[in-house]
Parts: sequence; structure tokens; C-alpha cells
Amino acid sequence: MLLALQGAVSQGILWGVMVLGVFITYKLLDIADLTCDGSLALGGCVCAILVVQYGCNPWLAVGAGTLAGVVAGAVTGLLHTLFSIPAILAGILTQISLWSINLRIMGKSNVPLLKHDTIFSTIAGATGLPQSTITIVVGAAFAVALVAGLYWFFGTEVGSALRATGNNESMSRALGINTSSTKLVALMLSNGLVGLSGALICQSQKYADIGMGTGAIIIGLAAIVIGEVLGRLTPGKLRSFSSRLVAAVVGSIVYFLIRAIVLQLGMDANDMKLLSACIVAVALAVPVVWERYQLRRSYARGGEA
Amino acid sequence: MLTLSNVRKVFNRGTVNEKVALDGLNLHLDKGDFVTVIGGNGAGKSTMLNMIAGVYPLDSGTVTLDGNDISRLSEHARARYLGRVFQDPMRGTAADMQIDENLALARRRGQRRTLRWGITRAERDEYRAALATLGLGLESRLSDKVGLLSGGQRQAITLLMATLKEPDLLLLDEHTAALDPKTAAKVLELTQQVVDRSGLTTIMVTHNMHDAIRLGNRLVMMADGRVIYDVRGEEKARLHRADLMAKFEEAAGTEFANDRMLLG
Repeated sequence: MLLALQGAVSQGILWGVMVLGVFITYKLLDIADLTCDGSLALGGCVCAILVVQYGCNPWLAVGAGTLAGVVAGAVTGLLHTLFSIPAILAGILTQISLWSINLRIMGKSNVPLLKHDTIFSTIAGATGLPQSTITIVVGAAFAVALVAGLYWFFGTEVGSALRATGNNESMSRALGINTSSTKLVALMLSNGLVGLSGALICQSQKYADIGMGTGAIIIGLAAIVIGEVLGRLTPGKLRSFSSRLVAAVVGSIVYFLIRAIVLQLGMDANDMKLLSACIVAVALAVPVVWERYQLRRSYARGGEA
Repeated sequence: MLTLSNVRKVFNRGTVNEKVALDGLNLHLDKGDFVTVIGGNGAGKSTMLNMIAGVYPLDSGTVTLDGNDISRLSEHARARYLGRVFQDPMRGTAADMQIDENLALARRRGQRRTLRWGITRAERDEYRAALATLGLGLESRLSDKVGLLSGGQRQAITLLMATLKEPDLLLLDEHTAALDPKTAAKVLELTQQVVDRSGLTTIMVTHNMHDAIRLGNRLVMMADGRVIYDVRGEEKARLHRADLMAKFEEAAGTEFANDRMLLG
């Protein structure tokens, strides 16, 4: 059980990198970017094939996976901004085409990395620590660096413009912000993080699979929602931007812990996606129902409240 | 300063809802003009402002600002010349961002946005001083989210944002129409102050005849996408509501009785 929980924490951290990406599009840009499912697998596939077929340095392969994600984000972004295709549809189009592209890249549906060095195995070899510990340490280092980097970026002029775009597009244009380019940048940045996450996941699980990204967006949304709820429960109601970013990663860890626990309790792994979807649906529905309930109650009391 | 020549805009062309919003509109503004624009619903007042701001592309005609043809520039590119306040108080500010962040965005209007920090300490002092001039007590609430503020407060901030970096031309699109009378009066007073301070060239669309007569040095009446009456200076100062009504009736005929201009 403890082993399963440790595995869940390391998985949660690595997927947390993806959740940061989803946070950018979903929370800051107000777009549910479905590219994510495809770009996660793309990051993994590119990373795996570079290591296995070209003997590429695992760190470089991670970088390449990230870049591949950036490119995928750019495709969605251009479809959306240049041709005014609704963001959801643009994401679906990229996601679907990535399925074929990922198969082309790998040449088959699954590429194992068993005999190859990964960033985790090289560090484990150098330090003598068990690989499971290293995964958590390296993952946490990535997460901390990325949270710090994103905090800085969204505080800059460009980052502020990007947040403004998600907040109020017509105002942003009136203030001279090119909302097409801010959206494009946000989608590229987001999918770069998703690709990075895919590459890290691929190296930690030691294989890339065509289906590894399926439902990633739901995991991302569920993690964000869990993180928000946890943030609200914390005394002081963590609202600052940096704590929202941290909450997203923590939400991801909690998500994988819940998952590990219910799997240990004997739930079928295939039902996990249903559970994730339910978590997201309930989390989105509760505030709406609550508000309606409050309205009705104040109406019944004669509108005093 | 600003010249609109032969500006034409048709919405929903080729459908049953086809509407000629601007029909060969001509208007010239001199530097320092404060023009109030009145007209019935669908006269093309807001469309005119949107054409100047580049919200929609022109069908034909040109918009020239300080000798530069800006007709083909995108909305965000024209923003460097223009300060804008909208009818809907929600449209002019970013609700989930802090008051100072909103002002910092506005201060960088028309500038290249870099990877420098989005707001500096010195700026905050400047914003505090600017907010104090509004007299709404907002100077102590710099890091409050704008979404927490009332419509009137948000509109006052939008006005500040539009003029923080002095625009060549200020466009006010019925910016007090959604406010209660007291707040509207306050925002109008602020408008007058801001415009007077640096003699801003301003176009203010309004539904309120009284405001249209009282404010500005020039009044323009629009109907069916054209200017039908243009009066300035002394002549405008002598203007009465009855004169405007007569003018309006002449142009619009019987529709007048239903129009909400009566309310003014």
C-alpha cells in the first residue's frame, strides 16, 4: 500500500506539470484546450523514439518532447486565431491529427525504454538512491522551477496582457493588446508544459504509448478543481497567484492518491475515467446549484437577504 | 485631426436583416474639439465610434487621424491613439485583476509589451494619486479585484484608464447610460475634468439631450447613418432642447415619440 502511495505521489507530481499547462488555458484563458490529450502523448512519443531509435541523451529528449508540445499548441492556436475556429474545435482537430502523427512517429502503438537510460535512472545511478525516490525529487524540482517560472512570467507585461486577454478580450484590444498573439503564446506555453509532462511520464514509466494521453484533459481539470477546493478549505483562503499554481500541482498529487486508494480498494482501473469525469462534473455543478438554492431561499424570505 | 470621409458600413449584407449602419458618413474634428453625438436608436452613433476604433472593418471610405490613414489598421494597433470608455461598465475593466494591474495594463496602451515586470513601485504611487482625484476612496484599495467594485466605480476607473496615457482622441460610447442618475452625474463631472485638464479631443455619444447641450463645444445629430445637424461654439451654447427636438422631428418624423431620447 505504501509503495502504491509513493508511486501515486511521483505520478501526481509528473502529471502536475501537465496540470500547470491546463491551468494556463482553462483558468487564465478560459479555454478548455483539448489539444492536451494529443500533446501529452506527443511529448512522450517524441521523447521515447529519440532515446530508443536515435540514442539521444534523455535530457535532450525531454527538451524535444517539450518543443513538440509547443508546436502542437501553435497549430491549435493558429487554427483558432487565424481562421476563427472555436477553441474547443481547434483543440479537437489537433488532438485527432496527433493520434495519427504519434503513430507515425513511433511506427507502432507502444515503445518500451526498458534497456535505455532515462533522466531518472542516470541520477539514481549517480546518487545511489532508489529510482522511486529520485522520480519524486526530480519531479518536485521541475514543479518548483516551473511554478516559480510561471509566477514570474505572469507578472511581466506580456504575462499580464495574457491574463487580461482571458479576462476581458474587448478591453484588452482597446488597450492595444494583440489578443491573437497572446492566445497563441498561451496555447504554445500550455502545450509545451503538457509535452514536457508527457516526456517525463514516458521516462518514469519506461514506455511511451499511443493512448497515454487519453483523458488527460479530464485529469487536468479534476486536479485543478481538487486544488481549488483544497485551497478554499485552507485557512486564509489561498487566493494569490502563486498559491493557485501550487494548488494545481497539489491537486494533481491528491488526484493520483485518491486513484491509488480506490484502486487498492478493488475498483476496476477502467472505471477511473468515469470517476474523474464525475469529480469534474460535480465540482462544476455544485457552485451553480448552490447559487440557485441561495436565490430561491432569499426569494422565499421575501428578498431580504 | 480626425476625418471620416464617406464611411459606409452595412451589417448582415444580403440577408433580410440587412442594415445600413453608416451611409456615406462625413465628419471632421479639429484638435481640442469636444463633440457630443445624439441620435435615435440605430442612427449609427455607436457604429461610428466602432469604425473609428477598428472594431469592424469598413465597407468603404477612410478614417484619417492626424494625417495618417488608419482605415486598415487593426483594433489593437489603433489603440495607441485612442482612449475608449464603453456603455457597459463590465467591458472596460478586467474583473479578476487588481485595480493597480488594470491601470498598469492601460498605462502601457500602444507600447510594446516586454518581459519587464508588469507594474513598478513608482507606478503604484502614481496610481494612488490618480485614483485620489476620482474622490471615490479607491486610492486605498489598489490591490482589490476590480470585480468587487460597483458599476459606477468601474466606469470611473475605465475613464481613468482611457486617459492615463494621454490619447489623441477619446471615445465615450454612452458611458453613463448604464449608471444611476447620481453616479452618472459624478462620472460626467469626472469626464469634464479629464477632458479639460489637457484639452483632449473627444467624441461623446449620449442619449441625454441635456448632457449633449451642456457639455462640449460642438454637437452632432445623426440619423440613418449620416450627420444631419452639426452645430458649434456660440450657436451651440444658445441651443435649447426644443430646437433639437424640432430638428429631430424633421429628420425622423413620427418615430420620435417612441424614442428614448425623450427621457433626456
